[in-house]
Amino acid sequence: MMNIEKIRGDFPVLHQELYGKPLVYLDNAATTQKPQCVIDTVRHYYEKDNSNIHRGVHALSERATAAYEASRETIRAFFNAKSSKEVIFTRGTTESINLIASSWGGANIGKGDEILITHMEHHSNIVPWQMLCERTGAVLKVIPMNDAGELDMDAFASLLSERTKLLGVVHMSNALGSINPIETMIQQAHVVGAKVLVDGAQAAAHIAVDVQALDVDFYVTSAHKMYGPTGVGVLIAKQALLEAMPPYQGGGDMILMVTFEKTQYNDLPHKFEAGTPNIAGVIGFGEAIKYIQSIGLHAIAEREKTLLDYASKQAQAFEGLKQIGTAKEKACVLSFVLDGVHPHDLGTILDREAVAIRAGHHCAMPVMQFYKVPATARASFSIYNTEAEVDALFAALAKARDMFA
Amino acid sequence: MFSLGDLYQQVIIDHTKSPRNFGKLDPCNHDAEGYNPLCGDQLHVYVQVNDSNIIENIKFEGQGCSISTASASLMTESLKGKSLADFEILFDAFHDMATADLSDAPDEEVLGKLAVLAGVKEFPSRIKCATLCWHTLKSAIDDAAEPARTE
Ligand SMILES: Cc1ncc(COP(=O)(O)O)c(C=O)c1O
Repeated sequence: MMNIEKIRGDFPVLHQELYGKPLVYLDNAATTQKPQCVIDTVRHYYEKDNSNIHRGVHALSERATAAYEASRETIRAFFNAKSSKEVIFTRGTTESINLIASSWGGANIGKGDEILITHMEHHSNIVPWQMLCERTGAVLKVIPMNDAGELDMDAFASLLSERTKLLGVVHMSNALGSINPIETMIQQAHVVGAKVLVDGAQAAAHIAVDVQALDVDFYVTSAHKMYGPTGVGVLIAKQALLEAMPPYQGGGDMILMVTFEKTQYNDLPHKFEAGTPNIAGVIGFGEAIKYIQSIGLHAIAEREKTLLDYASKQAQAFEGLKQIGTAKEKACVLSFVLDGVHPHDLGTILDREAVAIRAGHHCAMPVMQFYKVPATARASFSIYNTEAEVDALFAALAKARDMFA
Repeated sequence: MFSLGDLYQQVIIDHTKSPRNFGKLDPCNHDAEGYNPLCGDQLHVYVQVNDSNIIENIKFEGQGCSISTASASLMTESLKGKSLADFEILFDAFHDMATADLSDAPDEEVLGKLAVLAGVKEFPSRIKCATLCWHTLKSAIDDAAEPARTE
């Protein structure tokens, strides 16, 4: 059993009032809160170790470099990547995907090739591929989903062909909560020779990921959705792919030797980390991963399932509420519309009850188009949320419904 | 502190539930789409302006939250029969009201019923919901200034 009170004690931001009521933070799919250990680690870095990495010979630079590289090792182990050379730090999921589309896509995608994505992708796993298709004449294909928000696996199988060069699939949908069967999808895609990119922005804080067991080619995620800082994330990719890919950005740190005639690129992972990175962010990311490990993903998943079940039951009983996304395999996300109250109004009304949710299209407009809604309201849960907070959500929803009655 | 009741006044709830002048205007000589990417509000405003620059008829369509729907509904009500010069005055007054300091009272003499939307200024993320229809109408009317669109 997890000690929720102790966990809540780890997150200073939770202990505040808004409009005289205790904060109920249910916007975790947008970004999670940060535990004290992450805040302290970032602070310690700036107070004691701040300096640039991979270049100084002085003590601070050596300490900063060691902490930065220790984070890489922590993250490698967490995802069970084969080598730390396969762990590339980026600004987040969005930059990781753009890196792949630009570098790998630029070198490997040509006219008539197909890139296969799903109907439930975040815009960050749609737009970079559209841009690539525009540049190269490749074709973007979309795997459909059913009303519950589950991928149509028969359609997936029939969309796969020798023309498919890349499958891009979200591990867990931020708009619906659906968890996709990436293991079988990766296997099927590999049969036709396609590479597979999994967007783990939502999943990585909830589901254990073993990139070797999955045999996934590219796995990407963002630290800020896993209790870490914003503006930092990771691309984990097979070493052979990364070796063959051209650099994404040029600059410092990614070179071995520069003359005006020619530049020799640095080894992995530095080849893809041009410029001074978000050093404090990376170090904080490592600490956030350790925090997750200290609780254990298994315990986290179990606890979050209990909470989602509790919330889903109330949602079913709530008059006028329609859940958007009812996949059998889902986690942490309760997306819905309420008869007679626009999600945006819900967002404002709930805010005044100190309940923070997201209202909008969740950067997944095609999902909204599929359900023919302009927007949804979304409550998303994390390890520190409680049943009492779910009750507060539904009490606030009842108020909103009454206001528009 | 403003309360929710200041934003969601009964007039606004009423216009949300039964928006006035809702639907397509056919024929019309100016129209434009407005879009608020933050919340997905989509609005289409249609106007018929006569030779003496009077707004003879005005309607709107779209999907939006209560603030954007009520604001569009109230806007069409207040502008029907008014001149384009009146529109300019109301546009500025409305914009001032929505972005004014919290302590400033709205100019009810100019704004009339539109003053019920003054509460949005306490809700920064909702100001655009209220002003979307006004900007949409402005672009509809401004387009009309372009020779190619003049009928
Ligand atoms: C599924 C999914 N993919 C990608 C992203 C983009 O992440 P970031 O904004 O951190 O780059 C998000 C975050 O909203 C997400 O939920």
